[in-house]
Amino acid sequence: MDIAFLLNGETVTLRDVDPTTTALDWLRETRGLTGTKEGCNEGDCGACTVMVTDTHGSRALNACLLFLPQLDGKALTTVEGLAAPDGSLHPVQQAMVEHHGSQCGFCTPGIVVSLAAGQIAGETDHARQLAGNLCRCTGYAPILKAAEIAAPKQVPKWLRDLPTGPDPRGASQAHLPATIDSLAAFLTDHPGARIVAGATDVALWVNKQFRDLGEVVFVSQIEEMVRIETAPYMIRIGAAASIEALRLAMADHHPHFADMLARFSSAQVRSAATVGGNIANGSPIGDAPPPLIALGATLILRRGEATREIALEDFFIDYGKQDIAPGEFVEAVTVPRTPGEASRLRVYKLSKRFDQDISAVLGAFNIIVEGGKVQSARIAFGGMAGTPKRARAVEAALTGQPWTKASVEAAMAAMAQDFTPLSDMRASKDYRLAAAANMLMRCWLEDHGAPVNLAEVQA
Amino acid sequence: MSVTKPLPHDSARLHVTGAARYIDDIPTPPNTLHLAFGLADIARGVIASTDLAAVRAAPGVVAVLTADDLDRPADCAPAAHDEPLLATGEVHYHGQPIFLVAATSHRAARAAARLGRVTIKPRPAILTIDDALAAGSHFEGGPLTWARGDIEAALAEAADVIEGEIEIGGQEHFYLEGQAALALPGEAGEMHVHSSTQHPTEAQHKVAEALGVHMSAVRVETRRMGGGFGGKESQGNWLAVACAVMAQKTGRPCKMRYDRDDDMVITGKRHDFRIRYRAGVNAEGRLTGVDFIQYVRAGWSADLTAPVADRAMLHADNAYFVPAMRIESHRLRTNTASATAFRGFGGPQGMLGIERVIDHVAHHLGLDPLAVRQKNFYTRTRVQETHYGQPVRGFVLPDIVRVLAESSDYETRRAEIAAWNAGSEVLKRGIALTPVKFGISFTLTHLNQAGALVHVYQDGSVHLNHGGTEMGQGLNQKVAQVAASAFGIGMDRVQITATDTHKVPNTSATAASSGSDLNGMAVQAACDEIKGRMVRYLSEEHRIKAGNLVFKGGKVHVGNMRLSFAEAARTCYEGRVSLSAAGFYKTPDISWDRTTGTGHPFYYFAHGAAVTEAVIDTLTGEYRLLRADILHDVGESLNPAIDIGQIEGGYVQGAGWLTTEELVWDDKGRLRTHAPSTYKIPTASDLPAVFNVALWGEPNTVPTIFRSKAVGEPPLMLGISALMALSDAVAACGKDYPALDAPATPERVLMAARRVQQ
Repeated sequence: MDIAFLLNGETVTLRDVDPTTTALDWLRETRGLTGTKEGCNEGDCGACTVMVTDTHGSRALNACLLFLPQLDGKALTTVEGLAAPDGSLHPVQQAMVEHHGSQCGFCTPGIVVSLAAGQIAGETDHARQLAGNLCRCTGYAPILKAAEIAAPKQVPKWLRDLPTGPDPRGASQAHLPATIDSLAAFLTDHPGARIVAGATDVALWVNKQFRDLGEVVFVSQIEEMVRIETAPYMIRIGAAASIEALRLAMADHHPHFADMLARFSSAQVRSAATVGGNIANGSPIGDAPPPLIALGATLILRRGEATREIALEDFFIDYGKQDIAPGEFVEAVTVPRTPGEASRLRVYKLSKRFDQDISAVLGAFNIIVEGGKVQSARIAFGGMAGTPKRARAVEAALTGQPWTKASVEAAMAAMAQDFTPLSDMRASKDYRLAAAANMLMRCWLEDHGAPVNLAEVQA
Repeated sequence: MSVTKPLPHDSARLHVTGAARYIDDIPTPPNTLHLAFGLADIARGVIASTDLAAVRAAPGVVAVLTADDLDRPADCAPAAHDEPLLATGEVHYHGQPIFLVAATSHRAARAAARLGRVTIKPRPAILTIDDALAAGSHFEGGPLTWARGDIEAALAEAADVIEGEIEIGGQEHFYLEGQAALALPGEAGEMHVHSSTQHPTEAQHKVAEALGVHMSAVRVETRRMGGGFGGKESQGNWLAVACAVMAQKTGRPCKMRYDRDDDMVITGKRHDFRIRYRAGVNAEGRLTGVDFIQYVRAGWSADLTAPVADRAMLHADNAYFVPAMRIESHRLRTNTASATAFRGFGGPQGMLGIERVIDHVAHHLGLDPLAVRQKNFYTRTRVQETHYGQPVRGFVLPDIVRVLAESSDYETRRAEIAAWNAGSEVLKRGIALTPVKFGISFTLTHLNQAGALVHVYQDGSVHLNHGGTEMGQGLNQKVAQVAASAFGIGMDRVQITATDTHKVPNTSATAASSGSDLNGMAVQAACDEIKGRMVRYLSEEHRIKAGNLVFKGGKVHVGNMRLSFAEAARTCYEGRVSLSAAGFYKTPDISWDRTTGTGHPFYYFAHGAAVTEAVIDTLTGEYRLLRADILHDVGESLNPAIDIGQIEGGYVQGAGWLTTEELVWDDKGRLRTHAPSTYKIPTASDLPAVFNVALWGEPNTVPTIFRSKAVGEPPLMLGISALMALSDAVAACGKDYPALDAPATPERVLMAARRVQQ
């Protein structure tokens, strides 16, 4: 695979790149740019954060979860490229020095790059921007202070209007298709090829398990697969839309969903990970499927010329087993919409740490009440079974019943019919079951105006 | 003067531009080999056979070593000689290194290391405290007991006896820079090792022993670590020794850095404890006697467990005068990674024991825990002795607590919270103020020494070297401020250099919070020596009394004449004055007998207190820390910005230890939380929304460097207030005492709330 991109403003052309070499290894080992650090090599610490710019804007990404072909046609900025050519510091760097934001300094390059990307994007919630940048020394107070000071400063001219990379070739390459049709054609011919979208999971197979991915095909150039379109009665989410794009799209339609997505991993991972990946991967602890299932989402699968549609919950057959044929891929997911109707969707993410943690339980509740009675209930959970799964016994226990505490308590008891969760390092089965049932109670309490939201409490 | 100024960290600009170099960033010669360990996949057993053919055949592999291939035993232990670099027949924990791979790249070495086929005949593994007690698996032959007074009589006479138990989880250091070393073989058997270590001298010692050369042939250099926290006090030895041994074998430079998962599996962590207590108390809440049993899970080797467990015993009083005290300490050998030094070094666990007692007693008596704490404080006016016989002098804590309670509005908020809780069914808030008194000095007395090497060049620039290591704590900055102040020159004249066993020998680990106390004094001694020579020469030359020479503002004032410092240096050089000196310091007035548990182990105490407010959700056990107020004693601060950084970071690390940082081992002894995806240290949003930190500026009563106080470890224990605030919130759910174990994960909080509700 041949690729070209800008590295700190300079054009880099690479021939025959190993498609699973990460940007992190390439920067450090080949280019000798050691400012970008390896802290965990799995996208959880942020020490390797770099900035990637394309026509959609600039975003922070983990270089350890970024394969070189994903950079094709884009601009890559590392910590070495943040200061001006004359050595003047970026406002974030300056504020970090002045407000004592570094101690051991190892997380610092990632932090300044994250904040620089946040500054360009106009992010004002600095803790959210930094959820994926771990610091073990400072306790974050001086970093957040530096972020506040730097945010309103002007984006330096050497980063403003950062050009995107060189024109990504005249014609699309087989492994880097530019259209859905060419992807479909490629997969028909190469049904065993591995689709790489955001690489936030497959990069771990490479980094940690030394798996050979075999033939790979990247979808990062397929603009039409990234789109999220809102029609009067439907929202269509392209499979390659990022989780961050989904968050922004959901803010208007289902604010509770959007709020949960703000806690979906980190800014770096949300910008890379895709909705299609979160579904197709089949993980029982992906955070996007349960709310999508609760909303009655439909999955659009494509194989060659043919497409088929299935209810999202039917895609998940068993742990590690999805309803997908060789050569078939997830093209989009659609969510029904009723114009003018307020969202009833409530989503609760339960994890050991509030931000950037994998859910122990994720509950999504779409309970429609009319005339004091539950007209319909679509309830789905992550973390409770081998797949994202609907709580059909709980739904049945609620449907047609008065929307009262007594009905809710009765339905909570049905949770054990729906799920026999596992105990693991995140939570015990008893805790999962108890918390999942209590989420239904929280849903009811919240509906009745009781204060149940930790985020609303202040000292 | 440069001391007491809030100057930025000396490397701040290098940090933010990515130019600060860590081991893995050092450019290496082209023939450098990269190393990885092959690890045991079982917690305990005997190696039956080792088939490494696939490893040797893997792409890029140059050499593979097992223990049998070594010319002499290579050991990595700090004291006990019980940590063979590569397993010698027996396997003691899941993740123990068995063989060592050298390959042409880091990835090739790691990939090849997975291909080893080692057959291990399993033996029953001792994994938990209960397993170890059942098997009688103790270090030091059995429990160690220290006592003051007649505990049984004190309990028998007490109005009330409160009994309980707390489980205290361990903690992964999670230094952002993993363990790393680079060995460059020199001529005639010399070895130059770059090591990410808090203890270059020990790495030098272990490398020399493994290579069969004198220590003088081994040079260990440490410019900086990307975090240490105790995790690089002894754990770095493995990589330094591995690189040196392989470099000697192959004649090629060798580099090793652990992948994060390997790092978390192989290296030791904070000791987990179970503490049982029986506390006698009178009706007013005054403790009459406390009987503690501390069970310490030490892991497979001795490592630093003895001094860690000793320090836990030494801090079992925290800030309280307890007339009768007995502490029984069990150091239990288990088939898990060997627990090691971690910021606080046993102090946090010991201190949490007594804080738990106070919390429990207050709940039992229906008193405000703060009132019970204050009632039991040592007094400042009448000097009392600790349970190990050291007089508690300069005890500023009652004043700190009084001022903090006022500035944080503790009483009003406590009442407001109680009223709020009465009207809130699902969410409950809690508040707690906890104090810290932490003993400063290595308990192994001979470690309390330090050296420095200072050169003044003829252009007036100063080369600064000392035995301490920089791990982010700002030691170099503080010490450079001492040097700049001694010569009356600007910081730009002081060159900070890498810690190097060829410059300053026989150093102690940068540990026990002692870095600036010890090395600051040694640097000052070296500077004073050079300054003394300059003064003697210049006063004789200019026939001016020595007392009329002053170094300040970059000038040397010789009577009415002013020389720039550079001119003065040049003049002295031309006058054939030696402008280089070694400085030395040893802490005075300390003595300790660990067998009887009596003496004066600490030069002084550092103090602090924190108030934390938390809110919990009784449906899921989730919680948030809402506010923290801290007042901390650093004596006369050498650098207030750096000190505040240590305090803030210490609090958050301590709160993390007791809340979300949960280490989970399965029933096979495998660590299940071996990456940041599963082990959750605090992230930015975990910082309390309101966070007020202030320094208690009273100078140290003993003559430390500029009357400052050590600040590395003590603030970690301020995080105990977070656990106690959660306990307070859970207590609001019902009548019973929450008995919240640590870490108080959402799951533990929910389960405690359910217990209390019943």
